[in-house]
Amino acid sequence: MSTSADAVPPAPSLPLLELRRLSVHYGSVAALCRVSVTLPAGEITCVLGENGSGKSTLVAVLSGLRPHDEGQLLLSGEPVRFRSPLQARSAGIATVWQDLAVAPLLSIWRNFFLGAEPTRGVWPLRRLDVDRARETTVRALARVGVTQVDPDQPASTLQAGARQSLAVARALHFGARALVVDEPTAPLTVAQQTLLLQAIVEARTQGLAVVLVTNNPRYAHLVGDRFLLLAHGAVAGCLTRDDVDAADLMRLMAGGEEFSALTAALTALHSELGDR
Amino acid sequence: MIAEGPPTFGAVSVGAPGDRGLLARALDRPSLPALVGLVVVVLFFGLEAPGLLSAGGAAGVLDVAASLGIGAVAVALLLVAGQFDLSIGVVAVAGSLLSAVLIGLAGWPTWPALAASLAASLAVGVVNGVLVVNTGLPSFLVTIATFLILQGTALAGFEAVAGSTQVTGLDQAAGWRSAAAVFGSSAEIAGGRFQVSVLWWVAAAALASWALWRTKFGNAVFASGGARTAARELGVPVRRTTITLFCLTATAGWLIGTLALLRLESVLVTNAGLGTGIDYIVVAVIGGCLLTGGYGSAAGAAIGALLYAVARQGIVLAGWDPRWFQALLGGLLLVALLANGVVRRRLKAVPRS
Repeated sequence: MSTSADAVPPAPSLPLLELRRLSVHYGSVAALCRVSVTLPAGEITCVLGENGSGKSTLVAVLSGLRPHDEGQLLLSGEPVRFRSPLQARSAGIATVWQDLAVAPLLSIWRNFFLGAEPTRGVWPLRRLDVDRARETTVRALARVGVTQVDPDQPASTLQAGARQSLAVARALHFGARALVVDEPTAPLTVAQQTLLLQAIVEARTQGLAVVLVTNNPRYAHLVGDRFLLLAHGAVAGCLTRDDVDAADLMRLMAGGEEFSALTAALTALHSELGDR
Repeated sequence: MIAEGPPTFGAVSVGAPGDRGLLARALDRPSLPALVGLVVVVLFFGLEAPGLLSAGGAAGVLDVAASLGIGAVAVALLLVAGQFDLSIGVVAVAGSLLSAVLIGLAGWPTWPALAASLAASLAVGVVNGVLVVNTGLPSFLVTIATFLILQGTALAGFEAVAGSTQVTGLDQAAGWRSAAAVFGSSAEIAGGRFQVSVLWWVAAAALASWALWRTKFGNAVFASGGARTAARELGVPVRRTTITLFCLTATAGWLIGTLALLRLESVLVTNAGLGTGIDYIVVAVIGGCLLTGGYGSAAGAAIGALLYAVARQGIVLAGWDPRWFQALLGGLLLVALLANGVVRRRLKAVPRS
């Protein structure tokens, strides 16, 4: 599975994305605290951590939703600071959002290009290139296996799985260099999970830097090349596939200090639990 | 279904997702209920008051519809973006009062005075927009506040400056004739006197409709109202779009006031009343806008204005007590709200996976 990554000799070139002592504060609370990590091209980096550990903030920084406060974000070695998701997208970093970012009342092709619509004509008469947008949408959806779709339908008429495919197809279309996947919170069927994994693996094959944010260590170990563990907004560990197996990951995820603290508290209250 | 070979790639689907007949497609058009309502009202009052269908009657209807429709089209865009503006009626009054003071008392030429009052109206729009996007307060309340401030300031300020409740003799000012040709002229067609405001109304509806469906701005308007989080995540400029829309409604208010000023050649201090602000919203809702945002059309709002005008003039021409109009409008609004509720349920219904 990791042969494609192994086949490439350790490149002397710069990693596609790099965070250097990057911090983000919400008021006095540090959502990310001096996080340093490299996200190389052609590798899948899984970000694991509990709720509130800073995963969502990391996604927000990479996708341009929330500019970082301190430290550096390097894109191919160049420091960047995205002020808008549009800037991140035009730099080739596309995101599959946790809520999929699909507007239910808008048609499928309007959803596909929302925020980055193709236009023609000069300013006062600049208008949407509707035909091109429709065609591109149909083609991109076919690429992720959704056919027989009228791009003029509102997105609310799509099945939940097809809606996720729309979000994935959009990210694959706009993500020329990096793909950030914040694992959807909505429960996925096996077929939908497979689709998401296929898209992620395909993106790696094409040489994109892939960031997969997930709560599920098994899922992460299946595709991940590297694993970034976050706790309280700081890096708790950065491991490669050779370092850990799925059980280790699971233990690292679940066996954090909270779990030990909980166990201690429960044992103190119910001493019989300690014998288990 | 008859099998016609393998489905061709990219063809409009006829299968399960495409099981959408003519009715379903028609129901997707937000302006449909207003169009049906218009036909019903025209038929009803056409029989009840045949004068309505004469050239003179039509001119009267279009005159009412034009002034209301200009505001309703702008308000419809704002409603699609999920915001309200109740201050548009008072911007119309305050804008024309300011123009009148500058022309009649300060002796400004007409065009600079109109430009100045347009700039002042835009300032009101910017204040409304910035307050709404920066504080996150409901625009309903923010614009009630600006409505009250503007109403009090404009009326009291005008009387303090002018010393009376009226300014006349504006038509002596430089440039008045050319401005009156643009904003206040009328034409006699087949025995009915049609105002130029009708052209402004049609132009406003056409432009707004085009912008809504065929430009990036329109997409941003839909997304800002229907899915604000998604819009933010995809980098749609929600704040800029919202402020622009408040400027548009303020411009519409200014246009309504200017059309009245240039036609009447005088201005009278009147209480705009919150009712006018609500009328625009009522008309936009009758035209198919959802109060929750994300859905609606400018053409629908224009048709809604026509429906409103036909009902109002029809009641007058039929010799009924004009107060029946309010009851009728309320009934129309209720029907529109119920129809829109059906539309929303249809659109928001999530198919089971």
